[in-house]
Amino acid sequence: MRKQKTTTIYLGPQHPGITGNMMVKLEVDGDTIVKAETHIGYLHRGFEKLMERRNWLQSFTIVCRICVPEPDPNEENYARGVEEIEGREVPEKARWIRMLVLELARIQAYLLWYGGQSASVGLYTIGQWSIGDRNYVLDLFEELTGGRVYHMYIWPGGVRRDLPKGFKDRVYKVMDYIEKRLDDYDRLLFDNAIFQKRAQGVGYIPPEKAIEWGVVGPPLRATGTKSDVRIDEPYEFYDQVEFVVPDFYKTSDVWARALVRRFEIRQAINIVRQVLDKMPEKGPVWNKIPNPHKWRIPRGDAYVKTESARGEFGYYVVSDGSQFPRRVHVRGPAYVHGITLLEKILVGQNISDVSMIMNSLGTCPPEMER
Amino acid sequence: MSWFNIKGITNPLTALGQVAKKPHTIRFPYEEKPAAERYRGLHYNDIDYCIGCGNCAEICMNKAIDMVPVEGIEPKKGDSGLRPRIDNGRCCWCGLCVDVCPTGSLSLTREYIFVSPNPEDFLWMPGISNPDGKDKRSWRSNDLNFSINTYEREKMPMLDPKERVKSFAEVVLGYEEDQARREAQRCLSCGLCTEACPEHMHIPEYINAIAWGADDDSLRIIYDNNPLPETCGKVCTRRCEEVCALAKRGEPVAIRWLKRYATERALNADEIKEIVNPPIAPKNGKTVGVIGAGPAGLTVGYYLALRGFDVEIYERNSRAGGMTMYGIPKYRLPLESLDKQIEYMKKVGVKFHFNTEVGKDISFDEIYQKYDAVFIGVGLQDAWKLGIEGEDADGVWSAIHFLRRVNEGERIDVGNRVVVVGGGNTAIDASRVSRRLGAEVIMLYRRRKQDMPADWEEIEDAEAEGVQIWTQGIPVKVITDEQGKVKALRYVKAEMVPDPRGGRPRPVPIEGSETDIECTTVIAAIGQSADYSFLPEKYHDKVKMNRGRIIVNEWGQTDDPKIFAGGDAVNRVADAISAIADGYRAVKGIVRLLLGEEALKQK
Repeated sequence: MRKQKTTTIYLGPQHPGITGNMMVKLEVDGDTIVKAETHIGYLHRGFEKLMERRNWLQSFTIVCRICVPEPDPNEENYARGVEEIEGREVPEKARWIRMLVLELARIQAYLLWYGGQSASVGLYTIGQWSIGDRNYVLDLFEELTGGRVYHMYIWPGGVRRDLPKGFKDRVYKVMDYIEKRLDDYDRLLFDNAIFQKRAQGVGYIPPEKAIEWGVVGPPLRATGTKSDVRIDEPYEFYDQVEFVVPDFYKTSDVWARALVRRFEIRQAINIVRQVLDKMPEKGPVWNKIPNPHKWRIPRGDAYVKTESARGEFGYYVVSDGSQFPRRVHVRGPAYVHGITLLEKILVGQNISDVSMIMNSLGTCPPEMER
Repeated sequence: MSWFNIKGITNPLTALGQVAKKPHTIRFPYEEKPAAERYRGLHYNDIDYCIGCGNCAEICMNKAIDMVPVEGIEPKKGDSGLRPRIDNGRCCWCGLCVDVCPTGSLSLTREYIFVSPNPEDFLWMPGISNPDGKDKRSWRSNDLNFSINTYEREKMPMLDPKERVKSFAEVVLGYEEDQARREAQRCLSCGLCTEACPEHMHIPEYINAIAWGADDDSLRIIYDNNPLPETCGKVCTRRCEEVCALAKRGEPVAIRWLKRYATERALNADEIKEIVNPPIAPKNGKTVGVIGAGPAGLTVGYYLALRGFDVEIYERNSRAGGMTMYGIPKYRLPLESLDKQIEYMKKVGVKFHFNTEVGKDISFDEIYQKYDAVFIGVGLQDAWKLGIEGEDADGVWSAIHFLRRVNEGERIDVGNRVVVVGGGNTAIDASRVSRRLGAEVIMLYRRRKQDMPADWEEIEDAEAEGVQIWTQGIPVKVITDEQGKVKALRYVKAEMVPDPRGGRPRPVPIEGSETDIECTTVIAAIGQSADYSFLPEKYHDKVKMNRGRIIVNEWGQTDDPKIFAGGDAVNRVADAISAIADGYRAVKGIVRLLLGEEALKQK
């Protein structure tokens, strides 16, 4: 047989099919990938280092930037880490509001994913719809937190402001609307022969290797593993709401991962409704911190994690007893998904499926190089 | 071909059903979408309400905020004259600057579009760049629950008012350690207080030290320019707290109580010496004589002694402290506390000559000849008279003489009803002392309660102890009985008339409203004047006077270069901290005179 010569292709960092400012170096043999290598470094802003030079309160405005589409799990983690070291109580209502924010964030992150996933197979209409609908959730965020994308709302001790008047009704309304729209998306995406053909059997993660490789979130659940931080180690009041963790999609391909997300966005809408029903009407939403310039956190460390739309988001917060964090280590799901996992599962895949696989894994560069 | 079914082809076509629906957005006609009610857009600052404390610049994690001078805004007490300027290129609109703003002047607006070809324009002066932003304010901290600052002061433990009037025990008990830490933590370190303090004490620094748990450092910082910190910690008139940034919307940081806390950590003079341990310069052979061991004189004595001068203080009474010893009641400033501080001064080398009255036991000439420089800090010894009929009757006192006698340990019989005339701190002191002597006390003040120059806390305490405050009453006559003893005080009611010159409203007597208050004692606390009889005639053309006060230059120096003056004899504020400031000024003046300009630069 004639010895095949492979070609090297650089996918990214400026490429519409890639999830943000990262690059995948592909060795291809014809259309088939022989070797993939993730290159990052195009988005390094050094958040972890920055936080060492900001006081405990100032740092909270930095963490949201670690994940643009879904900043709230970062804020939640940071706040919870600080609270755990300091032993600060969080008022009940604040914890419910945090859950509301986290679930709304999950919904809008999945709506964004709808757009990305479908666009990666060339179906653009659904992305235009879902991102349009996502704006209704962002409107809610704008009303609640003052910001559409970077909310900077969950902070140590609680949340920054109480719910505005009539906010709950508007949330119900948006939830009803989105739930109705999800059926439209189904007809366009999940019923679509194109997506079915493209997604099924592509981007396979061997279920027996998944945990070993550090897969989390929807990709892990798509292997048939029941794994969700909200169930395994409930934080806030997740033990008081009912929802199902999908472990019945077992094919572990892009298709299964899409179905997991399709299922979970409906679960999130349900959780939002439960949260709104169970949230107390009145009560404080913030346990006031001392003067931020003189706010020292006792020596100690804490590892906290939150289930984000892309999987388990972990923070390791260390305090040396001063008014600055000694170390805030961020462990986002994309770090594993985007580097080691992606490099492994791309091998043998078709070059045109790279973007689809990346979207299904939820790779996100700011998390890899925080 | 498991994926192939007819639904897979037809269902996506249902998208065509959306054709007739109203789209999310349209390009024409352009509809502006108003931002949410708490949107975090461009900044707005209420320029007139802002005090330029700079907390916004301090909290900004991007260092996007600079404090810059603004045309038309002059620095004054409680206002640095600076205003925030925001670099919109660095701002991340987190809104921490708003949440930390102690006055609530800074806010974010619903405006979020700003276009300019000029890069300089992105240095945004909130409130000046957008004067119309007031109506568009969105993210605000007007609800104090969501402001980062703590506006409630740590409560000071005090004796119960019922207990207080039984004795001269100290009323204020002082902060516990954890209370002091919490209270010190509230301080934002903006430093507006430093400017307001006559002595410019290093307030943020020593409060920071307390907040960090370094009480010893705190005491050292305090002793840097105040030799009587415990006195100030107990009785200072605390102009610092008036300008505290937190006072705009809440209670100011308890600066005085924190100083008190720091000084009380040292239990005696030895401990003060051990903690403060100031470097004492070798003797330089210069001598300075100080007349009067009041706060001003003691300040001169202490700091000159540290610089290697031989200082001798002449005091006509048997104890040092001046008015803080003889004018302030012991329930506010106990004797032990004062003694501790004086003892410490003796340890660093200040020499005292008690019971030595200049002009009687030793002549001014002698002092003038003996020393290289002389400091006059004699204070105000005589009281102003009421100027009404019957004032010389038995049972009419001037407050300072009354307080002095009480402080010397005498138990004065004031009868069962005392009327104190005046509304200042001395009047309050006289009233509260009279309460402790067992009398019913009425304070008669000619203006309204809000016009009283006394400290508001003192007024509250006095009322808690049962002092009745009668306002808008002007005394006209002391009525006596056959023995020439006070029987009643006649006064007229007054109405407040706005001052045509723009000053505070003036009381004008209402005709025919004379009323008598039956009483056994009348105490007049309406002001004091100085007694300069010790100063021989020949010095009068050098030591000039203006309305009873000695005129000095910026070094505390009179026209005779050797004679310095300070304290109540010089300034019209007449409180301890101003006297200390005067003393400190004279210290610099004396060093400059005797050692030269160069020595002044060395600390």
